[in-house]
Amino acid sequence: MQPFKSLTAIAAALLRDDVNTDQIAPVLHGRGLKEDYKAMLFHRARRREDGSEDPDFVLNKPQFRGAGILVTGHNFGAGSSRESAVWSMLANDIRVIVAKSFADIYRENCLQNGLLPVVLETKDADAFIARVVAADGRAAFTVDLVTQRIGGPGGADIAFDIAPAERTRLLEGLDDIGLTLKHMDDIARWEQHAAVAQPWLQAARDSR
Amino acid sequence: MPQTLFDKIWDFHCVGQRADGRDLLYIDRHVLHELHAHHAFARLQREGRQVHRPDLTFAVQDHTVATKPGRDDETNPSGSAFIKAMREGCHRNGIRLFDLGDPDQGISHVVAPELGIVLPGATHAVPDSHASTVGGLGALAFGCGTSELAHILVTQVIAMKRPKRMRVRLDGRLGAHVTGKDVALRLIAELGVAGARGYAVEYSGTAVASLPIEERMTLCNLNIEMGGRSGLVAPDEATFAWLTGRPYAPRGTQWDRALDVWRTLRSDDDAVFDREVTLDCTSLEPQITWGTDPSQVVGISGRVPEPGAVEPSRRAAAESAFVYMGLAPGTALVGLPIDRVFIGSCTNARLPDLETAAAVVRGRRVAQGVTAMVVPGSSQVKREAEAAGLDRVFRDAGFFWGESGCSMCAGGNGDRGQPGERCISTTNRNFENRQGPKVRTHLASPATAAASAIAGRIADVRSLIGAA
Repeated sequence: MQPFKSLTAIAAALLRDDVNTDQIAPVLHGRGLKEDYKAMLFHRARRREDGSEDPDFVLNKPQFRGAGILVTGHNFGAGSSRESAVWSMLANDIRVIVAKSFADIYRENCLQNGLLPVVLETKDADAFIARVVAADGRAAFTVDLVTQRIGGPGGADIAFDIAPAERTRLLEGLDDIGLTLKHMDDIARWEQHAAVAQPWLQAARDSR
Repeated sequence: MPQTLFDKIWDFHCVGQRADGRDLLYIDRHVLHELHAHHAFARLQREGRQVHRPDLTFAVQDHTVATKPGRDDETNPSGSAFIKAMREGCHRNGIRLFDLGDPDQGISHVVAPELGIVLPGATHAVPDSHASTVGGLGALAFGCGTSELAHILVTQVIAMKRPKRMRVRLDGRLGAHVTGKDVALRLIAELGVAGARGYAVEYSGTAVASLPIEERMTLCNLNIEMGGRSGLVAPDEATFAWLTGRPYAPRGTQWDRALDVWRTLRSDDDAVFDREVTLDCTSLEPQITWGTDPSQVVGISGRVPEPGAVEPSRRAAAESAFVYMGLAPGTALVGLPIDRVFIGSCTNARLPDLETAAAVVRGRRVAQGVTAMVVPGSSQVKREAEAAGLDRVFRDAGFFWGESGCSMCAGGNGDRGQPGERCISTTNRNFENRQGPKVRTHLASPATAAASAIAGRIADVRSLIGAA
């Protein structure tokens, strides 16, 4: 996994709650296994009915085309567990999402892929959104995971919380499978225990 | 110390704690589907890793498969590569695949319970957010992403922080034609689409105890629509009767021992939950969504809300839903002309769902101009329905009767509506464009969907066939 330490980039505001993964990464037909994650991101939301680009969608505006930070409302990433909703962010070089809250599975998918999910209290989030809107893509913000601060035009730095272990995992780009493989002895011991305590859990056979 | 059912299952399955503080939770049954599994198979191959317990891992073809009779790998051209990659990945890793043409093929959340692969007190993971459907049997399930899928394949554990616990008490007795689906929709309306975020939910109360197992699964299926990753119902004698004789369920003395354990699977009387919610279901009427998220729900006799009646934080979403759905505030739901009806999905395509819908449809015709389809949740459900003559009831009425798969729930197999169509659907998500670009989805029960197909308009099943 690509480590994340700090990012200085344009921030774009998506002023909605409950943005779901169908919106972030709609199912697109006809590409088989070779999906175009760059084109997938908000594929429908950024288009008008005739298929042309909607100039009003925030990521279509010239000043936000290179945005690396997305700031949004509550419950971002609701719905389906599709990880393409994270890969499509990364394919567009969006490495940080600042939200009032995240859907549980989406947040986990972010952590698994080195995309930093920052949760801000509503008051801080609203203040940050106001600064992002005011900056209007003319100046960059910095999200620093080492110092756990967001800095940029329009005000003082904003501190954010993240579980120390999640922070370390992102900073070092630790492989999640690698972390767990250190416990294969524990897993084998549990299997032996379960095979005695509840043997039907350790065997799944068709009796027909 | 008194414990919740959730904590009992969690503690039993906790293998240990990782350096980062996450619990490693053993996954007893892991079920994959073809839309997401190929990423994980490719990753394992790239990294030279093995599947730790192929014997506890199963796979289905469900998301991208065509529903046309006589289907094969190529019937849905956009699914073909997924189907073949799945077959190849399962073969290479020694995983039992319920493939196209297999008598046990179907939607993962329908197949795993009906074969007895998932059991009370077992942990279960699927790379699909509706994994907790099997919570209806008292299993603890987690929907997960593709990276977690790969992690479980290699280690057979999921690394998680323990969520908070919520208990939802559903009291009272359900009225005629009011189902688990209606209860779930009302609950999502009350709690909101993020109401259960961060929680594992236990459903209890008299209304739950009286629900058939299939409707308990519908209830747990919709848990994710209020943001909860896991939801479950304590197993009871009805659960054990339902599982008896299922092909993968334990037999003989193993079954007897399992029953002894399963009968302890309930929250202790003094167990403490982080949040308690109560809903009296006695006066509940059939429910239907009017908007573009599953919390935008009214009773069938209700109207699209006035903006002033919507909570301020939800008003912008409501305004946008009015536009997308082509509905003015104050419009009555009953009587709205419809174009399409879909009865299917992991939410509502088990045999009793189809029986309920068929009872409404029997001897009647789908209204002119309405495209109506029934897609059984599994190939076994399809066979059982056909043995009972339900396919004839539906086909005689003008319904399409399909082969099993996810079909129009997410449209991943090409079954989709046309732009602007209004669709009554027994599925789980009414998100914009999900059932096809610009399709307007109303979520409802199989009975409401069937009644609406006959009426050609959104209908109250109780007035179509009486509330007897």
